[in-house]
Amino acid sequence: MTDAFPPQPAAHMSRPTMASTPSAPETGPAISPLRPGDDPSKIAVAGQWELIWHKFIRNKVAVAAGCVVLLFYFIALFAEFLAPGLPSTAQPRFTYAPPQPIAFFVTDDTGARSWLPHVKGYTMSVDPASLRRSFVVDPDSVVPVGLFVRGASYDLWGLFPTDRHLFGPLDPTQPMNLLGTDRLGRDLLTRLIYGTRISMSIGLIGVVSSLIIGVVLGALSGYYGGWVDLSVQRLIEVISAMPMIPLWLGLAAAIPVTWSPLSVYFIITLIVSLLAWTSLAREVRGRFFSLRDEDFVTAAILDGSSQRRVIFRHILPSLTSHILAVVTLAIPTMIVAETALSFLGIGLKAPVVSWGVLLQDAQNIRTVATAPWLLVWPAGAVVVTVLAFNFLGDGMRDAADPYET
Amino acid sequence: MTQLSLSRDGARPTAAPAPTALLSVRNLSIDFHLRTHILHAVRDVSFDLLAGRTLCLVGESGSGKSVTARALLRIIDPLAKVAGGSITLAGPKGEVRLDRLGADSREIRAIRGARIGLIFQEPMSSLSPVRTIGAQIVESVRLHRPMSVADAKAETVRLLKQVEIANPEQMADRYTFEFSGGMRQRAMIAMALACNPEILIADEPTTALDVTTQAEIMDLIKRLQVERGMAMLMITHDMGLVAEVADEVAVMRWGRIVEQGAVDDIFHAPKDAYTRTLLGATQRLDRASTRAAPPTDGPPLLSARGLTKAFGKKSWRGKTTFALTAVDHVDMDLWPGENLGIVGESGSGKTTLGRMLLRVIEPTSGRVLWTPNAAQADSTQRDVTAMGRAGLSEYRRAVRLVFQDPFASLNPRMTIKQVIADPLIVSGTLTKGQITDRVAQLLSLVGLDPTAMERYPHAFSGGQRQRIGIARALALDPQVIVLDEATSALDVSIRAQILDLLLQVQAKLGLSYLFIAHDISVVRYFCDRVVVMHKGRIVETGQAEQICTTPREPYTQALVSAVPNPDPRDKRMLHRTRFVAP
Repeated sequence: MTDAFPPQPAAHMSRPTMASTPSAPETGPAISPLRPGDDPSKIAVAGQWELIWHKFIRNKVAVAAGCVVLLFYFIALFAEFLAPGLPSTAQPRFTYAPPQPIAFFVTDDTGARSWLPHVKGYTMSVDPASLRRSFVVDPDSVVPVGLFVRGASYDLWGLFPTDRHLFGPLDPTQPMNLLGTDRLGRDLLTRLIYGTRISMSIGLIGVVSSLIIGVVLGALSGYYGGWVDLSVQRLIEVISAMPMIPLWLGLAAAIPVTWSPLSVYFIITLIVSLLAWTSLAREVRGRFFSLRDEDFVTAAILDGSSQRRVIFRHILPSLTSHILAVVTLAIPTMIVAETALSFLGIGLKAPVVSWGVLLQDAQNIRTVATAPWLLVWPAGAVVVTVLAFNFLGDGMRDAADPYET
Repeated sequence: MTQLSLSRDGARPTAAPAPTALLSVRNLSIDFHLRTHILHAVRDVSFDLLAGRTLCLVGESGSGKSVTARALLRIIDPLAKVAGGSITLAGPKGEVRLDRLGADSREIRAIRGARIGLIFQEPMSSLSPVRTIGAQIVESVRLHRPMSVADAKAETVRLLKQVEIANPEQMADRYTFEFSGGMRQRAMIAMALACNPEILIADEPTTALDVTTQAEIMDLIKRLQVERGMAMLMITHDMGLVAEVADEVAVMRWGRIVEQGAVDDIFHAPKDAYTRTLLGATQRLDRASTRAAPPTDGPPLLSARGLTKAFGKKSWRGKTTFALTAVDHVDMDLWPGENLGIVGESGSGKTTLGRMLLRVIEPTSGRVLWTPNAAQADSTQRDVTAMGRAGLSEYRRAVRLVFQDPFASLNPRMTIKQVIADPLIVSGTLTKGQITDRVAQLLSLVGLDPTAMERYPHAFSGGQRQRIGIARALALDPQVIVLDEATSALDVSIRAQILDLLLQVQAKLGLSYLFIAHDISVVRYFCDRVVVMHKGRIVETGQAEQICTTPREPYTQALVSAVPNPDPRDKRMLHRTRFVAP
């Protein structure tokens, strides 16, 4: 038996030779590698995160969802640069203007096609009965667009003053509204990109605060048990028994109107995070309960480890991957909560732009009928984000324990 | 039943023996398609099952024995594919090729249960917890035999009576969790026998049971097999059990049958080297230890006096509403350099006793006394049960624990170096470089390659992990190591290696072992003295050799005689002493 030393790579036998030549003495079960070059010793020194990663990348849906989430955070990070304009720039000349299609070639009078990226301009017509202006995309009017153009000036992250945008009209005075405009003629694409920053970060900040409360209370509850557990669990039950929407309504109504949009933003995150910490605390408590009685924890106690060392060195590392998965699944509930609050008009308020604030514009049927893009794009962004987070979280949860069979 | 034309690939290698072969397996190969590789779990396996005879498929974990048995009924894992060979079931309507039937076809379902019965290892998980035992047997009876419910119930009672369950009428209406392990296995047998199968497959039927229960179940299976003239395929890892029940033996290793023959030939004239290793490991453990027992006249190193643990529930007014005395007034002593065995069946309180000695479980009453300098005949005793935090951590450096489960006891998220170094880091006396040297030294002491210290536990086999656990226990130069069933999860050849390793370490470092085990044969090989526990009390204490050969108490006699003897010419288990609780 070769028990005393770590396993050698077992005899690699190919099918044809297997039955015919029993000449060489066998050292282990017969294995045919599916891929050449697989090295078992690499797995031997692979840590937890490496194994989780191996398991995670096999879930293609989760990987795709992860890419979408990363893309959204990238957009949120570079919102000023990626947006063609500024979110508050109103164009009174182009209210409720429809989306302009993008094209790359123009045909001149002689019929020759030439390369010129552009969007079509608008023609305005006034309805003589209602005197309402309406815009129609004019296929003949051409607004040339380009990459890295100069436009409205802004400070990137409030630090670097510049006026470069990723793309936009070559002449800043000409209109380019790829997703249309709202009732003040503000470019929806710009506002959507700026809204991504607020909506995605509100999920993140809300989750971080609920994570801290949840992990601390859940760990205390699960490790000590007894009356600590009893009181934490009762607290969780009381909080989850509260009807959430009226509670939010009440709390949001209590925010003084004189507060700056930024402090309103933070207080809203705090209110939203009230939702998520209870489920996180329960998850952590359950894990602590089961890990507390594991042999390796008993071994650590017998090794003389202090309680702090047992919790932080032995139990928590086994939990981090699970916590990460739970957090990923909690972010979309935050985003939805913020959207709902803002949509109801008790969350974020203008001039702050979030997806919920954008949806406020699509609250009545007339707007939806005349400018459906005001509903479709912000709602679509919310749906795609929430789905991506859920798929990513599911994949992470499945990969979180690479040691279970 | 569909008639299938027969096309034999290859002629039969040997002439069929006198009794007819009910089932013959030829060149069976099964592959597991795993993520990174194909595992050839079963390779070119051929055997016959004969009416009225028992074939034992014996091998260590991972040898492919269970997969082979399950393939006969086509209940193999979805990852597994039958890569070649044939399984032929002879019958009154001609032969049926089982390997050609679909895994869920009507034909195979008609054979399962009706013609081939199956007994699993773990009756708790093979019986439904939400239906009564009777209802489950009635169901399997009615699946294969056209019968009214009333008739099926009568048949169920008859079957339960046949498997020696007392009060079968009442017991049929009980649930699985109301049965003990042995009774569950009896019910499982009743279910497997419900339709008079011609072939019985028993997959490690007694591995989860105590030795005395195992002996009774094996008696029952053997008796029923003889009565009904069934062919039996028994899967086991226990050579002792093979010697007791088998007619023919096939030894499997790494998916191949390495040796096949009559039981007497296998045990008394083994040809293959692996069979000899397996037999050697089994028989060696059945012999007395060769080392001289240390003197027991000085002060004992570790003592328990009146140690008691009652698990119970107190009402909020402090009244005890329920109590179970797991350990009841246990007195014992361990002298320096001694190996003391604590033996008992499940529920005897041996593990609780071990945990109380380390104060992982706090005793209800009684004292644990520790004499730190007993080896120097200095009898200053310290009361462990009254120790504070500092004293306890000093005590736990001297008395260490090795766990039963080599998989659960190592943190999968730490490297071997971190695992072994953890007690060294906590004690805080060594520098980083010294710790690395010490870990390397400990790894070579337990027979592992020191260069493997950066690996994670998942890179090691069960026996290697147990070595790592031992290295961790040795890290702080202990006086006593409590081995809590430390070898019972291991294969027999690995078990012998680990026991030898422990003895070598003892010779080098001069420590004492407290060996908690349910397996009395291991104790005989390893221990100087043995304490036999039954229902929380000590039944008998004595020299290991005396306990194993001439036990005085009736319980010990029953326990010792129920252990299978790895010699088919001397079937001890079938002539055992029975113990009736007074």
